Amino acid sequence: MSVLIKNGRVIDPGRINGPADVLIENGTIAAVGSGLKAPAGATVIDATGKWVLPGFVDLHVHFREPGFEYKETIATGAAAAVAGGFTSVCCMPNTQPVNDNQSITEFILDKAKAAGLANVFPIGAITKGSEGKELAEFGDLKKAGCVAVSDDGKPVMNGMVMRRALEYARAFDLPVVDHCECTHLSEGGCMHEGQVATEMGLHGIPSASEDVMVARNLALAELTGGRLHLAHLSTAGSVRMVREAKARGIRVTAEACPHHFLLTEEAVREFNTNAKMNPPLRSRKDVDAVKAGLKDGTIDVIATDHAPHAAFEKEREFDYAPFGIVGLETAWGLALVLAEEGVLTVEQVVSALTIQPARAFGLAKGTLAVGADADVTIVDPEAQWVVDPGQFKSKGRNTPFAGWKLKGRVVSTLVGGRVVHP
Amino acid sequence: MSLKRKDLLGIQDMSVEEINLVLETAESFKEVSGRDIKKVPTLRGKTVVNLFFEPSTRTRTSFELAAKRLSADVINFAVSASSVSKGETLLDTARNIEAMQADFIVLRHPMAGAPNILAKLLRASIVNAGDGGHEHPTQALLDLYTLREKKRAFKGLRLAIVGDIAHSRVARSNIYALTKLGAEVRVIGPPTMMPLEVERLGVKVFYDLDEGLRGVDVIMMLRLQLERQGIALFPSIREYSRLYCLTPERVTLAAPDALVMHPGPINRGVEIAPEVADSVSSVILDQVTNGVAVRMAVLYLLSGGK
Repeated sequence: MSVLIKNGRVIDPGRINGPADVLIENGTIAAVGSGLKAPAGATVIDATGKWVLPGFVDLHVHFREPGFEYKETIATGAAAAVAGGFTSVCCMPNTQPVNDNQSITEFILDKAKAAGLANVFPIGAITKGSEGKELAEFGDLKKAGCVAVSDDGKPVMNGMVMRRALEYARAFDLPVVDHCECTHLSEGGCMHEGQVATEMGLHGIPSASEDVMVARNLALAELTGGRLHLAHLSTAGSVRMVREAKARGIRVTAEACPHHFLLTEEAVREFNTNAKMNPPLRSRKDVDAVKAGLKDGTIDVIATDHAPHAAFEKEREFDYAPFGIVGLETAWGLALVLAEEGVLTVEQVVSALTIQPARAFGLAKGTLAVGADADVTIVDPEAQWVVDPGQFKSKGRNTPFAGWKLKGRVVSTLVGGRVVHP
Repeated sequence: MSLKRKDLLGIQDMSVEEINLVLETAESFKEVSGRDIKKVPTLRGKTVVNLFFEPSTRTRTSFELAAKRLSADVINFAVSASSVSKGETLLDTARNIEAMQADFIVLRHPMAGAPNILAKLLRASIVNAGDGGHEHPTQALLDLYTLREKKRAFKGLRLAIVGDIAHSRVARSNIYALTKLGAEVRVIGPPTMMPLEVERLGVKVFYDLDEGLRGVDVIMMLRLQLERQGIALFPSIREYSRLYCLTPERVTLAAPDALVMHPGPINRGVEIAPEVADSVSSVILDQVTNGVAVRMAVLYLLSGGK
């Protein structure tokens, strides 16, 4: 089984950025170079005018299975992933039951294998039932296939529990991922606390609720030497503190989501529940800080926080609607806006979607190096398209980007040398 | 004349012309309420549903009287918290009501933005009778009507709103209305009751009641939500009262002919001293009377004003 991708521009950050062919044999990258010859019987893909990239890696998705299959299943989530160019996704454990043990992890991996689309890497819970009290069995979780631990959706409020998690995870070299939110400060809140919330009379979630937990987590990472990964940074304060911590050599990586670098609290006006997520859309100053963090490397990773919900759940009073938006099928076009705005180079955008997330979780993914798994995403950088949630492979249609005109579209996705999209 | 809109959701998106149209129209309806036979056939054959997700005797009764004096058929639909928890969504409830051919849905709801959802998805005219901490447009309109009766010009009028500004829909609607009309609006209360960046709504902030009241023409007291105490916005009712209760002595700090307003129901002795509530400066009961006229005007103008 050979595949030759010819005549494209290959962008594999730090390795190559220019015209080249990519030869795939038996599911791995066999060669990258110019004028490669197709072996007998090889499938040839003409990528003239296209970019050939390592498959994207998303460290933060919610696939809802087991428990909330009406929102998304592992199969529909994986289909959305490959449609958006993501060949590897890490799914958060806030399912029902919570992925805090080997059997749930195995269930997820079985479902992912049956779907046969993206590589699905489960993230195990930090605490049993994600209740924030007793540590889950990290050793078992790792052995079963978990690549990180997190109680995402909820923060780990108890500082001692977080300390023990960071310490104990060192034995397995597992990153500990925290959703930074002080739930006392955010209680009852449903959007960013600022001028728009004041005008609308909605309860606010102050930036400080994120900042205080980022500060605590950085102090604990310094204390324990554990591997800390901070999910979806949204505030200027968070970015400033992570920058300072990295300069002092603390082991920390961080991610940002497209909605946090493209939208502000203004998107909530008219009580748009598709602009309701946690952390909330913040002020212009915060958006600028997140962009600056991506630019100077304070933020390593672009992740989606893909959070599908059923339509009826979002057609509700703003306070009652659930937090979260889908992201897998819009991320590439949205991330490219950073290149258009001159915040990042194209190579940096690709890096934040491939090798950087792979490194953060220690995944052997995100590169087209010879011998690597042949996970490849081919994009048409010039293709213009309009976001139409009705066309999504995801069951979730909850996006604030409906109707946006984007440039740059995923045209083909390969996982392990096999074309899985379209 | 009519309001060229299907719904009345808030003051924030109303123009000065629309506000004045409501106030002028209310004048003729106030005359109706003063007659021996308090009824006109204006909305005969129309159906008004009062859909209330929060207990409210005053506002519901006022809307009911307004609709009845216009000869509309009125249904009161009180939804208790318990039936909401049975799972029917707001939208489903409202769709059922609309399926019975309601022309108006007057909605009171504890969550900000609830009427906006219905307005977007239903054909019936939605009138916001108070949504969470967002807006209470007919309250602001009746306050304006009362001010216009007593004070005439809004431009340059100095007005203080006292209490929990952060959680008050009455405060928001009045701030939007009065700043549009050129009044000088002050907000007074403890910092825990001031929403972030409230100055950007065009108001002046005072934490000290005595200082804030100096020279104002109108004092608008807000009801202290005693049930909100758990959130610890203030240490005790005793201290709140000492710092923010409108006493006869404090009224003397305002202009000599200052008016005292309150959207009701009042907590006597908590935010307002009994002798102030019952004094000649108090227009609290005028507000109630005018509420019916203003709500008649709103229903009439939304129906096309024919």
